[in-house]
Amino acid sequence: MSGVLHRHPRLRLGLLLGPPMLWLGVAYLGALAALFITALWTADGFTGNIQREWTLDNFKDVFSLEVYRTITIRTLLTAVAVTVIDAALAFPVALYMAKVASPRAQRLLVIAILTPLWASYLVKAYAWRGMFSADGPIAWLADPFGLSTPGYGLVATVVTLAYLWLPYMILPMYAGLERLPNSLLEASADLGAGARVTLRRVVLPVLFPAVVAGSIFTFSLTLGDYIAVKIVGGTNQMLGNVIYDNVLTGNNLPFAAAVSTIPVVIMLVYLAAVRRTGALDNL
Amino acid sequence: MTLSPLTRRLLALITGVALLVVYAPLMLVLLNSFNTSQSFAWPPTGLTTRWWQAAWESQGARAAIWTSVEVAVLATAIALVLGTMAALALQRFAFFGRDFVSLLIILPIALPGVVTGIALANAFTTMIGIELGFFTLVVSHATFCIVTVFNNAVARLRRLGGNLEEASMDLGAGTFRTFFKITLPMLRSSLLAGGLLAFALSFDEIIVTTFTVGQGIQTLPIWIYQNLFRPNQAPVVNVVAAALIVLSVVPIWIAQRLAGTDESVAAAH
Repeated sequence: MSGVLHRHPRLRLGLLLGPPMLWLGVAYLGALAALFITALWTADGFTGNIQREWTLDNFKDVFSLEVYRTITIRTLLTAVAVTVIDAALAFPVALYMAKVASPRAQRLLVIAILTPLWASYLVKAYAWRGMFSADGPIAWLADPFGLSTPGYGLVATVVTLAYLWLPYMILPMYAGLERLPNSLLEASADLGAGARVTLRRVVLPVLFPAVVAGSIFTFSLTLGDYIAVKIVGGTNQMLGNVIYDNVLTGNNLPFAAAVSTIPVVIMLVYLAAVRRTGALDNL
Repeated sequence: MTLSPLTRRLLALITGVALLVVYAPLMLVLLNSFNTSQSFAWPPTGLTTRWWQAAWESQGARAAIWTSVEVAVLATAIALVLGTMAALALQRFAFFGRDFVSLLIILPIALPGVVTGIALANAFTTMIGIELGFFTLVVSHATFCIVTVFNNAVARLRRLGGNLEEASMDLGAGTFRTFFKITLPMLRSSLLAGGLLAFALSFDEIIVTTFTVGQGIQTLPIWIYQNLFRPNQAPVVNVVAAALIVLSVVPIWIAQRLAGTDESVAAAH
């Protein structure tokens, strides 16, 4: 057995690749394809049983009804806002970690940024529910200034999601900046470039793939989120809520399947667009 | 580019504020677990350990923790096997479609969780006709855990190269012997790190879980979510949340130890 494998590297490759490909290539991709097919079927409005008759009605509804257009745009804008906020916040933190902090402080900062990643997602969303509550710390801080907490709504949702995904942006940025040798920055300064020019022509090209890698997470995670919205978003709905409600309470799996093609298409276009930047190797 | 002292101080300030914002909500949960007020009035009027006691006795929470551990252990085991196989195939062989395969492996985390959730639930119920339950939960968790093991193993394999394995083969060791005597020991700490991440990912997961869990099974996140909006359960939920925050230090500690041994291995070379 071992000898046969030794003489046939292709057989070795096949045996290694077979099981993971059966799982991801056949089962998982198959499930995604089946989802698309289900979107072309209908559900019996009364029992929720799926009827295998081909129709484009689900897609027509998704694209023509005002509600779903509003929700899609809201979800997309939230994802963009979360990504921009995270990138803007992560840059100074990553720059400080990589280029200013001492090696010891650097190690501690990495741990400090990593630790909350291990804390439960649900717990963190829940923590912000406490922060934004009517008699929580934000209301307490804002009160002396005559302000009040923004309460549960879109603002709270964006803040909470930006908070949740921030480490996914800081870590690739930090890794990118860390790899950038100081001598390169000094050379740029010696050759007469000011801070702004160096930032644009030396730092940014290194940072770009890192931001893209981070944004894949911030974007995808925001597009698919519906739990954080339920916890801090008040009555606001995202695409994820529409999908969830149609599957579990609305009993309309085909329609939910049609809605879920929206984030899939967005993410596939995004992944295809960023493949050239080499960001996928940084994940 | 030399950063001026002012810029440096400004960066330090921003980093400090960012860390404060990162930890403030977590500290609030910890503090509120001792808050006498059942609605978590701020600032707390008094402190009590009553809620911790109530949480300790909560049967629902205990059962949910066990379910979560079981699912996470099984999903991690599957991910370890499949992730290592995929990593070896992609890092030690050149073949047509390699890019496609690596894209396929990251797909379950690159696509939003709802999509993975609904796709798997749909495949189980309408396509294959399996009832949702423990089995479907483990399968769905393993699907998105593979990538964490894969990433760690690939990074290690890339760094170490294939020289030692070739030497082992040249000296007459077979495929399996080389794997168990050379490749696996080289990979051990990276697999531990990947497995740890997979376990944490599965233990914490709620979005895919809500779609594939079916009736009658409660993982810990599902338990928390279902009790979150019940006012009389709020303090107990808060204690469980606080306990999870405290426990999240454990994997970090293990990961640091692992990194430490890696450095000493590197130093010995």
